[in-house]
This record gives sequence, structure tokens and C-alpha cells, in this order.
Amino acid sequence: MLKLKTPFSQEDILKLNVGDVILVNGTIFTARDKAHKYLLENYAEQIKGGIIYHCGPLVKTINDNMNKRDNNNYIIISAGPTTSSRMNQFTPAIIEKYGIKAIIGKGGMDSKVLDSIKGRGVYLSAIGGLGALYAKLMKVKCVEKLEFGMPEAIWELEVKDFPVIVTMDAKENSIYDSVQQASKKRFLKLIGAKFQGI
Amino acid sequence: MELTSEILSLIRKTSTEIPNDIRDALKNAKEKETNSISKNILSNILENIELAKKESTPICQDTGVPIFYVKSHNSYSQIELRRIINEAINIATTGISLRPNAVDCLNDKPIGNKPIIHFEESAESSQIEIELMLKGGGSENVSGIYQLPNTELNAERNMDGVRICVLDAVFKAQGKGCPPYIIGVAIGGTIEETASLSKKELMRSLNDVNKISELKMFEEQMLDDINLLGIGPMGLGGKTTVLGVKVNSGIRHPASFFVGVSISCWCLRRQSICLN
Repeated sequence: MLKLKTPFSQEDILKLNVGDVILVNGTIFTARDKAHKYLLENYAEQIKGGIIYHCGPLVKTINDNMNKRDNNNYIIISAGPTTSSRMNQFTPAIIEKYGIKAIIGKGGMDSKVLDSIKGRGVYLSAIGGLGALYAKLMKVKCVEKLEFGMPEAIWELEVKDFPVIVTMDAKENSIYDSVQQASKKRFLKLIGAKFQGI
Repeated sequence: MELTSEILSLIRKTSTEIPNDIRDALKNAKEKETNSISKNILSNILENIELAKKESTPICQDTGVPIFYVKSHNSYSQIELRRIINEAINIATTGISLRPNAVDCLNDKPIGNKPIIHFEESAESSQIEIELMLKGGGSENVSGIYQLPNTELNAERNMDGVRICVLDAVFKAQGKGCPPYIIGVAIGGTIEETASLSKKELMRSLNDVNKISELKMFEEQMLDDINLLGIGPMGLGGKTTVLGVKVNSGIRHPASFFVGVSISCWCLRRQSICLN
């Protein structure tokens, strides 16, 4: 398996193809709906050229009164991906504004996102529901906007050998599109065939 | 306090342990897959299930909406049971068994967790039966209610129409709600009853055989039909898109024909306790 370190370079991105499994090492930033809106209305220098992880982690806070920037105050308990399609509407603008190199999530993203990563970015799929396993590979570096709530805050995470699948590459390929097209043919055939039971 | 701690253990167990029927179905699905991505996804899922159980850690960070089904004798106060359940939920939220998942729609503020509680009266005086499902949000978003007839789908007011609705729901969901799915279907009722009954079907064990033979046949055919779609684990293609389909049929108003489709992710967290 290919190991990649953040920040990803242009060469890293272009050599990736759908179906590749890679191990991500370095820094990633969680962001869900609220964080995406915030990132578009404000500027966050630290995510420039970085990786966004669609995730609302379950985090243990050691001491509520401690400095929020103290990374020893937080332990990741469970941190799998959330559904990426909710972020479709914000993503092309986020990629444009911050030069995001990779998005990690689940369920895939739409054709506008596929267009906007062309030649410069990838979408990587983590497996939904693997929160316990992934938490072992992650440490909190920092948290911003905790007032949005635990799932919606922007958690800066240090990850070690985080395994993800390239499902949308920089060459306009998407596994989700292929699966959807193939399933559409079968779906149309199935709804044409009548249920014989009753 | 004793009941609070029993409910707290139930919450912890539900959040950290997958029921055996679901785990076994995932194991079977893994054996059946031939493509390496989907086989690998299923073995990672099984590995995560073992780890979460061993370390008593929430399997998924989305610990969902807690939905309780309480069956008790009328000598127990429902007001008191509700207070105790709320208390246990608050302790579980502080104690990291549950992620704070309740958000106030008007001001967007996080407010911990808010359980949904369904009560039913039992004739048995000495027992309280409490079932709990922690319902994930991703798969809830791809669930829905259909009305028959549906001209767009060419679906009529019969079982074939119902079949088309369920296929449509799964086709539209693709990989968004974490397949392989478990699907609860309810036919008939008023709109809120249909939704609620389809959700309750998810509490049935995958091994439970429908007592109504037409519905048993229907469940089997739905399972086969949906798995022909090829959406596969996490929507990346494969043989297993659903692990089970459970169907309940009821009464409808002559003007209405609702079909409720409740979809659960593979991570269907449901457990129960029976207290004397």
C-alpha cells in the first residue's frame, strides 16, 4: 500500500487512480456542514492546500476548564466518516478558495465536485461505521469552533497510516458514478418486472 | 437509581456491541463477495466490531438518536420511567457512550441528546421490557414515505407497487447511508403511523420469520431483488447491498396507501433488557 504524507504534492495527486488504497500520514481537518459555511465566510490559513475529513468525531474532554488549544485535553474515541453529499454545495468553492488537495468522506460526491478536483485533487473514501478502529490512528492537534458542537467543530487531527480508497481521481473517474450507472440499468429492469407473489 | 444504572448499561451495550444476527450476516456477506474492495470493506467492518466490543468503545462516532420501546405494567408510572431514561441518557452523554447529537432547530445550538420513547402497556405485572435502538443519521436521511399510486415510478396500489417503492429508495440511497443496509417496511396506516411502524420493523432479528406467508415471500424476494442492484458495501459495488428486509402490513384509509421505508446502516445497534 502506498503511504502518502501531508501536504500532498501535485505529483502525488496525479499518480492516484480510482481503486488505489493509500495510507494517509500527517494532518487532516474535520469539517461538516456548519464548518464548511464558516470556512467560506471566513479565512482559515491553516487548511490551505490541506485535507478535509468529513467527520464529526466522538471526543473525550479531560478537563472542561483547560485551554481549548491544549491537545492533551482531548482523546478521540470514535471517528469514522460522515455522508459527503451534504457538502456537495460548498465543496467547489472550498477547493477554489483553499486549494484543498484531498477530501476524505463516504458515499461519494456529485459531478460538480468531480469537475472541480480535475487535475488537482482527489476524493478518498473511508469506511462508514469504523469509528473505533480509525480512532486508534488519530490524535487531536487542535480544535476550532467548538461552540458549533462536538460533531460540527473543526478538529485538526494527526493521523498515522489512515487507510482510504481513491474513489474519485483527478482524471474525472468516479467509482460511485460507475456503480450508479450499472445499478440504474438493473433498477429499470427490476421495476419493469412484476412481483408474482400476490 | 438501580433502574437508571440498568438503562445506562443497556445504552453502553447498544453503542458498543452489534447484535449477533447482524454480525453473522456480515460474515456471510464477506464470504460471498468476490471483488477485493468489497471483501476488504466487510473484513474491516468485522474487525471494527470486534475491537469496539473488546474495548467497550462506540462502534460508530454517530451514536444516533436513542429510540426506546418500553413495555411495562400500569403500576409503573410512565412519567417516572421517562425521567429515569432521560437521566440515563444524560449520564451516557457525559460519559462518552453517546455523542451529543441533539440540535435545537431554531437556534442551531447543541443540547446533548434527546431520546424518543414509545410506551406500551403490558399485562405482566412483574416485568419491564426495554428495547433500545441507536438510529444513525446517515441512513435516516435516505429513509422515506411513499404514496401509491406513483405515476413517476409506474407503481400501483398493490404489492408490486410496494416492491417498486423499496427498490427506488435503495437505488436513490446508493452508498450514502452505509450499506449493506437493513430495511424496515410498513404498508398502510396514517403518515406518522407508517413511519413509526417501518422503524419498528428494524427491531426484528434478521432470523425472525414473518408469520404471514405472503409477507415472508415478499421479504425474501425483496432481499434478492435489491441485491441484484449491485450497489454493494459502502456503495462501491458488490453482491450485498442489503442484509435483510422486514415488512409489516396494516390497515389503510380508502383514500390512502402509504409505504414507509426505514433504512438502517450495517451498524444496526439494537439491544433489549427485561427487568423483574
